[in-house]
Amino acid sequence: MKIYINGSIKEFKGKKITPEELIIQLNLNGKRFAIERNGKIIPKNYFDGIYINDGDKIEIIGAVGGG
Amino acid sequence: MVDKNLKYNDELIIANRSFKSRLLIGTGKYNDFKETRAAIDASGSEIVTVAIRRINLGQSPNEPSLLEFLPPNEFTYLPNTAGCYSSDEAIRTLRLARELLDGHNLVKLEVLGDPDTLYPNVVETINAAKILIKDGFDVMVYTSDDPIIAKQLEDIGCCAIMPLASLIGSGMGILNPWNLEIIIDRINVPVIVDAGVGTASDASIAMELGCDGVLMNTSIALAKNPILMASAMKKAIESGREAFIAGRMDKKLYTASPSSPVKGLIK
Repeated sequence: MKIYINGSIKEFKGKKITPEELIIQLNLNGKRFAIERNGKIIPKNYFDGIYINDGDKIEIIGAVGGG
Repeated sequence: MVDKNLKYNDELIIANRSFKSRLLIGTGKYNDFKETRAAIDASGSEIVTVAIRRINLGQSPNEPSLLEFLPPNEFTYLPNTAGCYSSDEAIRTLRLARELLDGHNLVKLEVLGDPDTLYPNVVETINAAKILIKDGFDVMVYTSDDPIIAKQLEDIGCCAIMPLASLIGSGMGILNPWNLEIIIDRINVPVIVDAGVGTASDASIAMELGCDGVLMNTSIALAKNPILMASAMKKAIESGREAFIAGRMDKKLYTASPSSPVKGLIK
């Protein structure tokens, strides 16, 4: 399946994936971030309770230096 | 921070949070995180602004992050909406920031009007502020130096009004002290000059006018020696604040007044 992550298409095996599995596959374990799926925030306590499906648009954000 | 000999409590209170430092620092444009941290330490700042951006998915797992150099338990984070040109983008960004920072709700709202001047779009800013406040955010708001807009933003419920001194990153200093004075006179929540400070005297002037604080980034980050400039800014903020509280003498354009006694002159 294809998922749009931060504006780029990424391929994943299977038909659905939990946010937690996605984070592991993206090597983001232990990092601090927030996730949005199709414009809606996925709260941290839902990371293993919902699925990301083919064609979903995912945003993964963090804090960077800024004024 | 004011000299301990002064007999008053001079804390900056923003949305029931209390701060000793009146200098707020942006974390952009430094050479690296180590320099960012050193400059912030030299500045004595307790509030640091951060931007919210897409994570770089190609990064190595061990790549350092800003949060490791500035742990959120040591500083008050002020996530901003830099780069947002609509209220929708700004609201989306700050909701993500709140999720990122475990429910932290003190934020800096800025909605820009055009990329050349980065001048605020006050209509979009007001729209965003209304929604964010309803949604439980404590909104510190970047705005123009228009006193009417400043008052409207206070009436909506913003917890700090942050007018520009001059354009973001311009270093042009305080171009309209009279407007800032009108805003300071009429606004009851903290007024914090945000943007335009170029060097230490600009920060002092803002504080002497009666501003409650100054937020700056470029003037420190792009100084030849950012850490020394951060130290200079700390002193400028403190001296300007003390001068404001001390109360300056009246200006006398034509009436000279000697400081030494006129009696007992040797003739």
